[in-house]
Amino acid sequence: MSFSGLTVQLLNGLADASALFLLAAGLSLIFGVTRIVNFAHGSLYMLGAYVAWSLTERLSSVAGFWISMLLAALAVGALGATIELVLLRRMYRAPDLSQLLATFALTLIARDAALYLWGPEDLLGPRAPGLSGSVVILGRLFPQYNLLLIAIGPVVLIALRTLLAQTRWGVLVRAATQDREMVGALGVNQSILFTTVFALGAFLAGLGGALQLPREPASAGIDIAAIGDAFVVVVVGGMGSMPGAFIAALLICEIKALCIALGDWTTPFGLTIAFPHFTLVAEFAVMAVVLVLRPWGLLGRQQETARASAASTAPFTPAGSLTKWGAAIALAAVALLPFLVGGDSYILVLSIDICVGILFAASLHFIMGPGGMHSFGHAAYFGLGAYASALALRRADIPMELALALSPLGGALGALAFGWFCVRLSGVYLSMLTLAFGQIVWSIVYQWDAITGGSNGLIGIWPSARLASKSAYFHLTLALSVAGALLLRRILFSPFGYALRATRDSPLRSGAIGIDVRRIQWAAFIIAGTVCGLAGGLFAFSKGSISPETISVGRSVDGLVMVLLGGVETLSGPIVGAASYIVLQDVISRHMQYWRAALGMFMLLLVMAFPGGIVGALRHRFTRT
Amino acid sequence: MKAKLFRLAVAAGLVAVACAAQAQTPIRIGEINSYKTQAAFLDPYRRGMELAVDEVNAAGGVAGRKIEIVTRDDSANPGDAVRMAEELVSAEKVDMIAGGFLSNVGLALADFAKQRKVVYLASEPLTDKIVWQDGNRYTFRLRPSTYMQSAMLAPDAIKLNKRRWAFVYPNYEYGQSAVATFKALLKAGQPDVEFVGDQATPLGRIDAGAVAQALGDARPDAIFNALFAADLSKFVREGSTRGLFNNASVVSLLTGEPEYLDPLRDEAPVGWLVTGYPWYAIDTPQHKAFLAAYQKKYSDYPRVGSVVGYSTIKAISAAVEKAGGADTEKLVAAFTGLEFGSPFGKVMFRPQDHQSTMGAYVGRTVVKDGKGIMVDFSYKDGAGFQPSDAEVKALRPAD
Repeated sequence: MSFSGLTVQLLNGLADASALFLLAAGLSLIFGVTRIVNFAHGSLYMLGAYVAWSLTERLSSVAGFWISMLLAALAVGALGATIELVLLRRMYRAPDLSQLLATFALTLIARDAALYLWGPEDLLGPRAPGLSGSVVILGRLFPQYNLLLIAIGPVVLIALRTLLAQTRWGVLVRAATQDREMVGALGVNQSILFTTVFALGAFLAGLGGALQLPREPASAGIDIAAIGDAFVVVVVGGMGSMPGAFIAALLICEIKALCIALGDWTTPFGLTIAFPHFTLVAEFAVMAVVLVLRPWGLLGRQQETARASAASTAPFTPAGSLTKWGAAIALAAVALLPFLVGGDSYILVLSIDICVGILFAASLHFIMGPGGMHSFGHAAYFGLGAYASALALRRADIPMELALALSPLGGALGALAFGWFCVRLSGVYLSMLTLAFGQIVWSIVYQWDAITGGSNGLIGIWPSARLASKSAYFHLTLALSVAGALLLRRILFSPFGYALRATRDSPLRSGAIGIDVRRIQWAAFIIAGTVCGLAGGLFAFSKGSISPETISVGRSVDGLVMVLLGGVETLSGPIVGAASYIVLQDVISRHMQYWRAALGMFMLLLVMAFPGGIVGALRHRFTRT
Repeated sequence: MKAKLFRLAVAAGLVAVACAAQAQTPIRIGEINSYKTQAAFLDPYRRGMELAVDEVNAAGGVAGRKIEIVTRDDSANPGDAVRMAEELVSAEKVDMIAGGFLSNVGLALADFAKQRKVVYLASEPLTDKIVWQDGNRYTFRLRPSTYMQSAMLAPDAIKLNKRRWAFVYPNYEYGQSAVATFKALLKAGQPDVEFVGDQATPLGRIDAGAVAQALGDARPDAIFNALFAADLSKFVREGSTRGLFNNASVVSLLTGEPEYLDPLRDEAPVGWLVTGYPWYAIDTPQHKAFLAAYQKKYSDYPRVGSVVGYSTIKAISAAVEKAGGADTEKLVAAFTGLEFGSPFGKVMFRPQDHQSTMGAYVGRTVVKDGKGIMVDFSYKDGAGFQPSDAEVKALRPAD
């Protein structure tokens, strides 16, 4: 590759970095002040692109184009303010992460709304008037519009820095980022502060989407990619640090451009490395490396814990004999299900999925609730378990029962490796490192055709003859799920479980009384990974096939939704959450055309009605009256 | 005697009732697709299906029975697809299943069909494996496969007589096998070709600027492209701004399909050799009839999805008619070697691998009246773009 080629590739990276920074800056701002993990940020970005498209269709003059960009961003900003006022404002006192559930529901609604309003086809916008052509740089044609983008990034960065450093509003925002209770105690109206911050963040997301329009069609799929990228940039840069976000965006985009520029490269030993393939996970690999080396991102500082969320929840209470008997009777009734509904009923199929979901959710809850470690990449262990079983069966011809027994091992090994790194971090950084590992595993499985079957996955993974009937497999799944859930429960009531809770409530004090915090957390990771791997194995044999989808972000998010829906603070939360989420999705998707929006609406209602999850809210009501 | 007569009469009556009931219960087709995540393709697909169902039922149904479709959304997730298939088979009592857009979903459903012994007509998934390495006795596939579509482009690509080729494709099985097939056929037809660059881009997330420049820096005489949807739009815009296509011919898979060409509007590429569907200019009576019926019902033009959806139902109807009902084993026998009429003309399900011979149109793109269209096109019958039977036999496991 020539020097001039490389230089221009670095300019490409610079333009991409600017676009990425716009997207990430708003997210960073919102998180810094409100502590909301705003999942809907990608949706705001998507809506920015769509609205800008509609406006440019109507205002086709030169000035009209730029006015459209601005109006689109303002419209999305206004939408952001509305979301904050109507929805999120009610939830600041709710337990950690229930805002995440609410914003996730918003993404479902936004996606269907875009489909309804703008139709299914990709909408390619006009080129920017005056900047539609290219200039010659080092003998290569370079789009003029990219020059504008390269300029916009630093301009927005400086504007934000000035706003935060020089204005009264900025001072208050920075103060709230550091200690929002103190700001409130000093008489600052937090409500207005939060609404304006959210509106500005949404405005930036909308602007990012609108400015992408000359380079990328508006389509209903860009939200997911956008939100992933934005989170990575914010975390790599250090939460709340604008220059950090800018440097992170630059780092990621330049690495990608470099990979693309290098192309296939043959080593002296004849091995060919296809660098472009690396773009599939470049950002996540960068994030993993950065977080391992710098636990708070490039320019981030140790997170201040917000005082409200530090209030610890009451310890779990062991079940009384009444509850025990009730659970046993309910379980016996469920075990009789095949005889009630018939051996070939769909209810059994759904029940198998529910059992798998419960095991998955319970294992996630184990590190998330009592452990306080919010894993965003829990699907990694699920997928490793599933692939361990599937590979044992298909590639090594190991009998099905034995192959299933290998699935916990797959999950455990993954957790052993990733957990060691993750427990060295805390808070959102830990969450994002789990996500990074999940994506790295996904990308390896996705590309390793010879072993994992690549993107198509593996087929022909069916239970052995004696477990082939639906009722037999249902009983197996039920037995193993119950055993898994009971095991996790037992561990939580053991000294280890109390030690784990202690590490969550106060790492400092736990350390002082002699608890090896990291070791306890690491062990918790491995236990959760083991149980989760089993869920993956059970899943594989229930479907007959698996694909990289089992490791995808979507599945990790499903797990989070199940746990949050049921309630983090109770042991039965994940069970209720998993069952209700799976049944809801099944029923709604079968009966409605815009089922994602309907599911989102329903979840919003649940979050509003039961801020602490279904079980949490019910328990609260019971104990009060 | 009297009692015996009475019993006989009752028995006869029961048989008659049973037959009548048989005649009245519709043939139920369970249809699973990623309706929400792939709406650009599947909205027209659903319309095509519904049009065909109307036509078949208006003509009195098949084998004396009406047909009925029950659709399910798999949210692009193979696990959910298999659950929906279970639901359709055990709760909805469908006679067979159809659909599947993504290749991993298609393969999961094919394996389900094999395990549960249900007939599955894979209408859209493109993966070669569904009829070859992972093919089975219960699975049939309608749309021309990745191999077939790549092979359709190869002869004209060889005629271009370009030496330096570069490749750009989405980084998953479809893109990889398209490129592998195309490279092999190109090398066979033109041994002196040189492969100067490979860009595998993450699906839906191409860094179009960097990719376009890297391809340009490789100085190719020709480019083979397998990108589609948003990736394609981004690539075309960056590529034309950077003059990538000035000095290189482009051979491109799927680009002539209205689903992917129309969003580009007046920026559609010019002079690309593509596979696609020029609905505006196909002059056969079958297609004219289909076009008229479709436009009358929906006041919109058909996309490839519409043709695939319509043909799916037509194929199933023909199979049920031939089988004289919806018994699974009889359906398998009926589908094997089945001939039926599609908007593209006569199509046959090959007995050797259950792949249909539905073809595609190959032509060149131009921009006319602010829109990309295909010109100088010809229909490539899928029967002519297959590996030899011996190769297929070696790939496909015996039933």
